[in-house]
Amino acid sequence: MDLLATLRLAFRALARNKLRSALTMLGIIIGVGAVINVVGIGQGADKQIQDQIAAMGSNMLFVGSGSVNRGGMHMGFGATKTLVPDDVQAILRECPAVAAASGGSQTGGQVVFGNDNWGTTINGVEPAYFDIRNWTTAQGSVFDTSQMDEVANVVVLGETVRKNLFGVNDAVGQVVRIKNIPFKVIAVLQAKGSSAAGGQDQDDAVFIPLTTLLKKMTGDTWLRYITVSARSLQETTAAQRQIESLLRDRHRIRQGQEDDFFVRNLKDMADSAAQASQVMTVLLASVASVSLLVGGIGIMNIMLVSVTERTREIGIRIAIGATEQDVQRQFLIESFVLSVIGGLIGVVVGVGSSFLISKQFHWPVSISPVAIGIAVVFSMAIGIFFGYYPARKASRLDPIEALRFE
Amino acid sequence: MATVLHNSTAQPARGSGAVIQVEDAHKYYQLGETRVHALRGVSLNIQRGEFVAIMGASGSGKSTFMNILGCLDKPSRGRYLLDGTDVSSLRKQELAVIRNRQIGFVFQGFNLLARTTALENTELPTLYARIDKSDRAKRAKEALGMVGLSDREDHFPSQLSGGQQQRVAIARALVNKPSILLADEPTGNLDSRTSVEILGIFQRLNAEQGLTIVLVTHEVDIAQFTKRNIVFRDGLVKKDELVKDPQNATEALRDMPTLED
Repeated sequence: MDLLATLRLAFRALARNKLRSALTMLGIIIGVGAVINVVGIGQGADKQIQDQIAAMGSNMLFVGSGSVNRGGMHMGFGATKTLVPDDVQAILRECPAVAAASGGSQTGGQVVFGNDNWGTTINGVEPAYFDIRNWTTAQGSVFDTSQMDEVANVVVLGETVRKNLFGVNDAVGQVVRIKNIPFKVIAVLQAKGSSAAGGQDQDDAVFIPLTTLLKKMTGDTWLRYITVSARSLQETTAAQRQIESLLRDRHRIRQGQEDDFFVRNLKDMADSAAQASQVMTVLLASVASVSLLVGGIGIMNIMLVSVTERTREIGIRIAIGATEQDVQRQFLIESFVLSVIGGLIGVVVGVGSSFLISKQFHWPVSISPVAIGIAVVFSMAIGIFFGYYPARKASRLDPIEALRFE
Repeated sequence: MATVLHNSTAQPARGSGAVIQVEDAHKYYQLGETRVHALRGVSLNIQRGEFVAIMGASGSGKSTFMNILGCLDKPSRGRYLLDGTDVSSLRKQELAVIRNRQIGFVFQGFNLLARTTALENTELPTLYARIDKSDRAKRAKEALGMVGLSDREDHFPSQLSGGQQQRVAIARALVNKPSILLADEPTGNLDSRTSVEILGIFQRLNAEQGLTIVLVTHEVDIAQFTKRNIVFRDGLVKKDELVKDPQNATEALRDMPTLED
């Protein structure tokens, strides 16, 4: 029998049991949809991370105080008090690969304006920090070195803080209170969205001169972090090495002893963030593909039922000259059609729900054609794989027995 | 009933008119511990253009013999030559082709595909014969015309009477122009008038086209419409005789009362 006739036969047989065919397909639809969804969400997150890291300026390095275990960059962050402002000067002086550096520290606190207040992170940084991070202001301009030297009470707001305290009103020029100290708002930063690692809101922070934070607020003499930019992307590795050896020297860390600081470059951060999101994606995708497998078993089940129900039909076909291949192909194509239609509907459902998710939860969802292709090919393979046994069973029927079947 | 004894011992008759040659066919079935000997050495020839009735009680081996003739089964021992080809040595695939091209089946239960029109049912064997699409419909229409159902092409089996369904089945059996037509109790599910109508179609096909027909029945009345009766008992041919004066279906119908609905 030619392929076209067999295909028509398959469609007719499936149309005969519409509800049953639809329910059988549902397994594949859900499976394919879930895979596309999960992979889309995973890749969307991954892409966002990469974008953010690229936006940060790829020659940025981050020096944190405290020891760190490999792979976990916040482990013990800020636990030691050995990183000091003099280290920043030393880095600028002695590391030729370093272009700029800014010491930084932070504390938590309420920012109060009128009757409103907002709890956020209060960062003390040097003016160079904003250039290193590639951050620009939406309004006003950030503090300069003289304000830093004056220990000025000026603050740069993140967008989230501004929105919560000022709403539609102008923030620049207003005075807010942080830990009961009045600060003049001199700038608002451009909105940046969620951070790459951890997903916290990067706009939920305020920035004041480092000197002001240390002297008027925390009373500390040490830093929590130093933000550094290398002269170029190529020199980031050199800069990292120079900083590490310099700080080890300055902090008198002997060979074999654990560092009391850590240096991360953006590539490391990007890699570990990407790795985390990939692991998550693979994990979720494998859970989703289990439903695809279950869908396949559903197809096999229904095909076996169908073969039994149509024993007599099979007997007739064999008696009038259908070969084993003819019968096998008929049922194989039927399960193939079933799973491919299911797969295609699944693609539509998966893409549709991905859009819905990205709209509803503001998650970045990217629909990858590769994921769609794999899901469709996979559903075809499932149709053939799970259709093979029932089809074979049908083709091996004894026509004499089959014709006697009631 | 005057009968003429027919020589049933196999004569190698290649080139002659023998379309079916069976030589010492045995068939055993293993049913658990016991071995059932369904055929115990059957030899017979059927010439081209014959119209034969195979008779016998159930368990006589006639159905087994029929299945072998129809290439649905193979003899455990012995030979079966169809049109000069030794079918007993063929592979399953080749047997399917033989069933498709050389044999037309008509069953007691009609065995039409439900929810498939008369025309499509008739067309079915041509699909497996890989005949061109345009040719398929033409042939199927021709075959339906031969059984007088040209006006029922688009009817589904459920919309047809038993006699009409059986005529569709005959059309289906004829569509690939087979060497032999095998009919297994073709009138078993039909009333007597319709039975004679069906026999009339067989007689006409036999007379006008020289089609070889082998018909299985357990009714002596039905067998009287054929030209030769072969009686099976206990897996052997017990009687093989020519019907001296076969009944004519057209005449028989004239004498029968028409059934009112």
